[in-house]
Amino acid sequence: MALLAPALLGNGALLAWAIAGLPRFGDYRGPYGLVLNRIVVPLRHTTNVVMGTTFDVRGVDTMGEEFILYASVIGVTLLLRDESGARRVERRTWRLRADAVRLVGVVMVGGGLLVGLWLVAFGYITPGGGFPGGVVLSGAILVLYLVGSHCDYSPFRNQHVLDPLEAVGAGGYVVTGLAALVAGMPFLTNLFGFGRTGTLASGGSIGILNGAAGVAVTFAMLLLFAEFLETYVVPLEPEDVGS
Amino acid sequence: MTVASTLVPLQAVVFALVAIGAPLVVLTRDPLRQALVNGIYGVTLVCLFVVLQAPDPALSMLVVSAVAYPLVILAAVARVRGERRRPKETRDE
Amino acid sequence: MSYLPYAVAAWLCLVGLAGVATSRNLIHLAVCLTVTQSSSYVLLLSVGYVKHGKAPIFKGVPLGATAVDPVVQALTLTDVVVSVVVVALILALALDAHRLSGTVDPDEIVDVSG
Repeated sequence: MALLAPALLGNGALLAWAIAGLPRFGDYRGPYGLVLNRIVVPLRHTTNVVMGTTFDVRGVDTMGEEFILYASVIGVTLLLRDESGARRVERRTWRLRADAVRLVGVVMVGGGLLVGLWLVAFGYITPGGGFPGGVVLSGAILVLYLVGSHCDYSPFRNQHVLDPLEAVGAGGYVVTGLAALVAGMPFLTNLFGFGRTGTLASGGSIGILNGAAGVAVTFAMLLLFAEFLETYVVPLEPEDVGS
Repeated sequence: MTVASTLVPLQAVVFALVAIGAPLVVLTRDPLRQALVNGIYGVTLVCLFVVLQAPDPALSMLVVSAVAYPLVILAAVARVRGERRRPKETRDE
Repeated sequence: MSYLPYAVAAWLCLVGLAGVATSRNLIHLAVCLTVTQSSSYVLLLSVGYVKHGKAPIFKGVPLGATAVDPVVQALTLTDVVVSVVVVALILALALDAHRLSGTVDPDEIVDVSG
């Protein structure tokens, strides 16, 4: 304890001195942000400058982040697989009886799918994008598991279906970048026509990359949910439905 | 608060809320309750991102702290409790 | 007062790390890690704030308007979604440790030669 107090005071003084040396809050020095705000809309015709930055100006960083996502999902699948069969799968023997909760759930599924698709589709015009839109879509499909108790919904939990779809998303990003290489330009150059500002047909390959990111995030999240919930989402046997 | 401060009072209040919420999340020792407190902390972070004029991160944080975090935390807690209740000989040791 | 955002970011980081260091439950540890991750978001967005700036979305807004930095927002928004999956990986590690040693208390996991 005698060692702790001087160390804490010394580090605290150092931290306070470092914070006081920073520019004041709101005093933005760097030119990069101001430059981007001026040039992205005339050059790429996307009104959401953040998405234009994510998928065009800093597109390689986003590709790296998508592959962090991909690798983490692979890690979770490998860790939680059950090769010895020691973990017995329990049958889900209860069903959601309260009809009001079920009604709210069904409405949430529809609303969630619409909101998710809108966020992904209009991501590069208004706030949103592939990343939050993908999570909303996977959340809506998850609510489908929670309120539905009769059906199996096995395509949404089956890894042989979800794995290729996630690969389509992650690989689609890379293929779009490689298409630029094939055309003789640097990787991930924005190739296609830029269209009219403020409409869906704008931004060139930003829309395609946005969609690919949305697909990758949706199915990565669904794989994650399927892995974590595996023990508990098993359909009812016919003799349990009457209980 | 000095006259030359560049921090709007609303921003100062939301920063203070976030600074109060963080120790509350850490001090909640039971993981089941901590999932809920984390959700509320996520909402304060969303308020902070909105007040800092960042709508895209706010949307992402809102969706993630409402859908994804509670799910993985609660699923992990349920799995741990389920395995604890199972008798020892069916567990791989 | 103008340095409050940076102090809050430092405070969040330290609180999260203190939670990780003194945790008796691996799941509680993973959630404390999310508090530390949120400190990086607060710092990024505070650095990118422009005084009297608006959001960097120009639909219906004239182009010359002052807007905050979009680069840090791009970094934060991808980071928020990816960090969920990384925390899920940490929770999967915790579940695996529980399966092998029977406890989620990091102090009690002595020997995991399963």
